Amino acid sequence: MNHLFPILTVLAYLMSFGLYVRFLASGKKLTGRLGTLLLGLGLMAHYFALLERSRGLHTVPYHDLYGSMSLFGWLLALTYLGLEVYHRQRSVGAFVMPFILVFFLAAHLAPADRLSPPAAHGATFAFHVTLSILAYAAFALSFVLSLIFLGEERLLRSHKLGNMVWRLPPLELLERMSKSSVLVGLVSIAIGTALGFVWVDRLSSEYSFYDPKYVVTLLVLLLYVLYLGLAGTGAWRGARASRLCIFNFLIVVLSFTVVNLYLSHSHRYF
Amino acid sequence: MEIVLVGLNHRTAPVEVRERVSFTAEQARRAAEELRARGILEETLVLSTCNRSEVYGVPPESSHECAPGLSTFLSEFHSVRADILSVSLYHHYDHEAVRHLFRVSAGLDSMMLGEAEILGQVREAYRFAHEQGATGPVLNRLFQGALEVGKRVRTETELGTRPMSVASAGVKLAERIFGKLSERRALVLGAGTISEQVVSQLRDRGIAQLHVMNRSRDRADELARQFGGKVVGWGEWETALQSPDVVVSSVSADEPVLRRDIVERAMAARGNRALFLMDLGVPRNIDPSVGELYNVYVYNTDDLSEIVRQNRNARESEVPRAQGIVDEHVTKFLSWQASVELVGLVDALRVKMREERASFIRSRMEPMKHLTETDRAQVEKLMDEMLEKLLVGPAERLRGEKELRRKIQNVEALRDLFLSNREKP
Repeated sequence: MNHLFPILTVLAYLMSFGLYVRFLASGKKLTGRLGTLLLGLGLMAHYFALLERSRGLHTVPYHDLYGSMSLFGWLLALTYLGLEVYHRQRSVGAFVMPFILVFFLAAHLAPADRLSPPAAHGATFAFHVTLSILAYAAFALSFVLSLIFLGEERLLRSHKLGNMVWRLPPLELLERMSKSSVLVGLVSIAIGTALGFVWVDRLSSEYSFYDPKYVVTLLVLLLYVLYLGLAGTGAWRGARASRLCIFNFLIVVLSFTVVNLYLSHSHRYF
Repeated sequence: MEIVLVGLNHRTAPVEVRERVSFTAEQARRAAEELRARGILEETLVLSTCNRSEVYGVPPESSHECAPGLSTFLSEFHSVRADILSVSLYHHYDHEAVRHLFRVSAGLDSMMLGEAEILGQVREAYRFAHEQGATGPVLNRLFQGALEVGKRVRTETELGTRPMSVASAGVKLAERIFGKLSERRALVLGAGTISEQVVSQLRDRGIAQLHVMNRSRDRADELARQFGGKVVGWGEWETALQSPDVVVSSVSADEPVLRRDIVERAMAARGNRALFLMDLGVPRNIDPSVGELYNVYVYNTDDLSEIVRQNRNARESEVPRAQGIVDEHVTKFLSWQASVELVGLVDALRVKMREERASFIRSRMEPMKHLTETDRAQVEKLMDEMLEKLLVGPAERLRGEKELRRKIQNVEALRDLFLSNREKP
């Protein structure tokens, strides 16, 4: 397999990460813009790396755990870039890039699973999977934003500002960004889950409707709806809502790992 | 093409002298006209702010010679006795004058290190002098360089990024919580000077609504009128605390004015929306336990002073970087200045050598009677070619090679080496 695109992706992401960190430390706009540019280039290279890997294995990117992780990393980068452009806020890049890099490296350094191609085919299934992973990526982003919120809030309350607080996004912007991200995740997971049920309906003879994955997915959906509802109320707005968001993502991680690998009959790596 | 600077600033002159030597725009225009008419300066630019009055110029003769005339002019122009003025004035010439101006526009020479206003003041002074036709090629280049230095220092270093007063530190902190303050509301408790400073900062950031609460209604009315706010009756906490995002308190009181129970009720009424409280009173106006309430951020004078102290240290640590930018641009300007002067020097050398050649040939060929007119013309042509070869080559290199120009910055030495005083361009 050609390693050009994975190498280009890693280089672009690493440089983007370095520039975002530098931007956080220095506040120079040009540095931040270059960070964004390199993230965009990394996204393109990552796309071609995914395409190449899929072609090499003659299957879809989410065929195995590593492919799913790489796709997750790509969608996380894409969601972050969208959020950065929408909110015009680059300070978060330094915190998100390590996650993207870890998922990409973990996916591309490990050998591919020698699993038989999935029985599932077709656009409905592809959209179901892609939207679900997009939702997880958006939830991951809201998780990172909530962590930053809690850290910054703690620094502001303890009056220990240091150098970084002046560069971080304002607390209320972090809340808004987190809500936007959750909204993207909710819409994606709602459509993705609906498409999943449509697809299962077509193959009802082969798959069970009573899968623990469905239960956990519905729980995730409800928890994030709850987060969006509570984040605007007096008792919950601010740090409490952020903690709830972090808790919700832990359930997502549970769904992505334990439920998929050990409990689900119909889900493997997404 | 020398540069002279005569001026005074907050370090060399007390405010009583500075205020007498400051220039209005009209005075700056008149001073430039008179300096040119008296033959003291060919190009003039007056930079006058509350902390400095400086006259930059290009004299027709040596800059050192024109400086006393310039000092006398300032003394006469502002009707200040020369002996009073002379102790406050500083004189800088050529590269020292260039360095001084670049440091000024970088904010390195300001009373508050890295202050942003000075760059705008330099820009305005240059725009005005340029419009009046008081500047020429040298000052145009010099001030364009100064503006570039100021811009670079502000974008490439953190010299001017952090708040340096308690009032601005408080407002910046509010921005850390709410972001832009243009859609936010503020309540000011007490109508003293410190409140005024904070309100002024909030107004600069376009705060949407301002309420003033003070024991003395008249003073509250005055502050509200001054900044376009509304007055709230003293003690009407339920109304007053329901809408604001920022509260600034500087009341003179022995006991805390904002008790925990008052803020607790207010937070319940406002749905726990974040509240930033700036307690600038001594003794403190806000019960310290208020800071424990959910979504309430309390900063007192000591907290804000500590932030200012940290920021001052951070700014000072940026001075070497800013100084590096200044040095880079000083070298750049001097290199440009040298290149312009060198071109003039080469032209003067060419004229001188042609004259030398003519008299040399006359004297040396006189005894050589056997040479025909054609031979003489041939010799003259050969000498001309040799001189051109000796001069034109280096001249072209000087025009083309920046590094060479940088090395030959002290053109005076070259001038003195080749030309007598009379022949200098």
